[in-house]
Amino acid sequence: MKFVDEYRNADQAHALSAKIAALCEPGRHYKFMEVCGGHTHTIYKHGLEDYLPESVELVHGPGCPVCVIPMGRVDDAMHLAANPDVIMTSFGDMMRVPGSQGSFFDAKAAGTDIRMVYSPLDSLKIARKNPGKRVVFMAIGFETTAPSTAMTVLRAAAEGLENFSVFCNHVTIVPAIKAILDSPDLRLDGFLGPGHVSTVIGCRPYEFIARDYGKPVVVAGFEPLDILQSIYMLMLQLAEGRTAVENQYTRVVPWDGNIVALKAIGQTMELRPYFEWRGLGFISHSALRLRAEYARFDAELLFDVPGVRVADPKACQCGEVLKGVLKPWECKVFGTACTPETPIGTCMVSPEGACAAYYNFGRLSRQRVKEVSRS
Amino acid sequence: MTPAGQIGQRTASGEDGGEAGQDRRASEDHSAGWVAEALRAHDELTAQAAAVPNPHDGRTKGSPQPLPGTVREEQVLERIDRARRSRPRVKEQRITMSHGAGGKATRTLVEAVFLDAFRNPLLEPLEDAAQLHVNGSRMALTTDSYVVSPLFFPGGNIGDLAVNGTVNDLAVAGAVPLYLTAGFIIEEGFPVDDLRRIVAAMRDAATAAGVQVVTGDTKVVEKGKADGCYINTAGVGVIEHRRTLGVAQARPGDVVIVSGPIGDHGITIMLARGELEIEADVTSDTAPLHGLVAGLLAATPGVRAMRDATRGGVATILNEVATDAGVCVVVREDDIPVRPEVRGAAELLGIDPMYVACEGRLVAVVDGAQADSALAAMRAHPLGASAAVIGQIADDPAGIVLLKTAFGGTRIVDLLVGDPLPRIC
Amino acid sequence: MCLGIPGEVIEFVADQPDLAKVDVSGVRRVINIGLLADDPPRPGEWVLIHVGFALSKIDEDEAAAALQFLEGIGQAYEEELAALQESMIE
Repeated sequence: MKFVDEYRNADQAHALSAKIAALCEPGRHYKFMEVCGGHTHTIYKHGLEDYLPESVELVHGPGCPVCVIPMGRVDDAMHLAANPDVIMTSFGDMMRVPGSQGSFFDAKAAGTDIRMVYSPLDSLKIARKNPGKRVVFMAIGFETTAPSTAMTVLRAAAEGLENFSVFCNHVTIVPAIKAILDSPDLRLDGFLGPGHVSTVIGCRPYEFIARDYGKPVVVAGFEPLDILQSIYMLMLQLAEGRTAVENQYTRVVPWDGNIVALKAIGQTMELRPYFEWRGLGFISHSALRLRAEYARFDAELLFDVPGVRVADPKACQCGEVLKGVLKPWECKVFGTACTPETPIGTCMVSPEGACAAYYNFGRLSRQRVKEVSRS
Repeated sequence: MTPAGQIGQRTASGEDGGEAGQDRRASEDHSAGWVAEALRAHDELTAQAAAVPNPHDGRTKGSPQPLPGTVREEQVLERIDRARRSRPRVKEQRITMSHGAGGKATRTLVEAVFLDAFRNPLLEPLEDAAQLHVNGSRMALTTDSYVVSPLFFPGGNIGDLAVNGTVNDLAVAGAVPLYLTAGFIIEEGFPVDDLRRIVAAMRDAATAAGVQVVTGDTKVVEKGKADGCYINTAGVGVIEHRRTLGVAQARPGDVVIVSGPIGDHGITIMLARGELEIEADVTSDTAPLHGLVAGLLAATPGVRAMRDATRGGVATILNEVATDAGVCVVVREDDIPVRPEVRGAAELLGIDPMYVACEGRLVAVVDGAQADSALAAMRAHPLGASAAVIGQIADDPAGIVLLKTAFGGTRIVDLLVGDPLPRIC
Repeated sequence: MCLGIPGEVIEFVADQPDLAKVDVSGVRRVINIGLLADDPPRPGEWVLIHVGFALSKIDEDEAAAALQFLEGIGQAYEEELAALQESMIE
């Protein structure tokens, strides 16, 4: 596959790995946070941690927009879907996320009309084909996905569709990063910036991290070599005493982002004063909702939604895992109460969550993996 | 009407800042039964663990000492393994699509409900076909139901699957397939012409496989049920060889061979549903494997096990080998044959081809010393032209499937959770 | 969810300036290119596809430069390895 296979070359990986190791100061331990679920996924899928020296550690941050949705919001979505004249449409990732009464999957089993879609445009199609029903699209994702929802709303408006609405759960990445940076128990040396979010918002929004917190940021692509190269670039900054925002993913990310996408978001959406992030608590100006002019497409206004807040169980330690303070296997309920089938907290809920990724892909200790790799 | 939500006002279920939420009904204590259940299971396991003296435990009376990182991680991994080994229980109140996906949930359901109720030595191996002794002859008996949607797809229709699928379950038991039953559950209003097309396909497939449909049944259900047509076929064959075949026979040093590119059928079905508006040149790989199997068995005395890779894909079979034989299965990503279009579609959809169903592919575990002759035998048959060794069996870590990525790293291939591609076969 | 796949633009859809057909490894799908309205992609150009929308064009020059860097590293690595091996022959 073009633009994919070239970035999976093992020799080049070894070369980058050697360069990273060469930059390690003896006795120093490096911790880099990758904020994007897609990065977590790649790292585990390709066994990237095998390529890093023991002293370089990757910490998985809150970059999974599915995982951070509070259970109460999932309950609200289920409530919407339970409406007999509603067809709920959702990305596949959301289907397994449990609220307090189960997930979309479970509701579907009980007869609720919930359909998986690949694109929000597919929801529009369903709305056109089912004029007697009200189609709701469960909109999730960071700024990567918000423009697609925005364009879909604009399209619905242009077509005068009257049976389509959006249950908007879009969140923005920067406030989450700031929450991590402000947390007292954190010791991070730098960040791998979210590659696809940055195609929309550009690289400027991360400048405050370098300027005000003194941590280098490298906006990284999603192939294994992208990630290794980005780590190398971070190490180089540290070795040379620089702190800046750099773009490794230049083939896709423009420094200024995508103006058309930002305009579409700006036209249809606005920031909520607060939003609750599972595991991180309430963060101000961190999520989007539809503007008043588009109220006719806002499922929260069209329907009666319970709006009950459901807290995570006390045993859940997701907050600490998200901030990189705990590794997945250090959480007391990891693997016993909390498994991919019964995900108690956000980090286990989606395959990109830190705990799920570790459970599915990285369960072996590095010791055993090295033994097996050598054979 | 809930106090929180009124039509026309923003509900702010996620939006509330603490102070403004006095009238918000916050549940500190879950109404989520499944969470309480999971926590109870956790407590049980922790209690069990505490009861067993742990050599790694650095605790002295009254002063717990922190353990080194790798040792702590080992403990957690052991805890997880214990949890996974514990008696299968179905926690859900209702069946979900996951239970039909061929992965973890299916296995748990089969063990906890069906095996538990019907338990007997013939059922226990849970192989694709049961092996019976009848008046001195060894026979294989199997059954499968076909609920694929859509009924007609590139490469065939539900009728092809209904014959080939059952023939294959007999073939991988090393049996010569002989006779099939065919039970139809047809929806009121289903076009008779479509039924004829399906049955014609069954006739042709049966001829190609050398089997006869000798008995059957017909039921009609009201409009809205059976989604057109469901078919069940049972098959019986005679086992003429004297070998013991079964995934539990796998041992360190064996190799794992797959007969051709994986994922064709599942991706074809997914695209044929038309909802994703993806066009690609993929067709179902549905085919009868008895000829390929016969060639393999004739050339290779050291065949330990064969399975046809249907729901849950190759990954499911590898996990069954690892679990039932108590071995480690190590496969190399580079060696697994996948067509570019299947890979492309799978990437687009975010699905791993290793979990995607095939309907005409064989996975064989063979004595490592005979790998070459096994491969030659398979490649000599048209259905095995792209046969490839994809990995080998090691003894440690037992029960686990490892994948050496194209990139050189290593990761685990677990049993499927959830169901990416429902109603595949 | 961050799933973004590179695909090649094959053709535009008649009467729908916002839509184009793309090819991903032999698999074809119609996607919306409205987010690239400022600089629409032409057939033969590559785009990053996410949930049915093209988010960005793939800059082939940047991609080539990135690959050159990587190949350079790989080359240097191989040269070092070769040097290492040669130096082992006494």
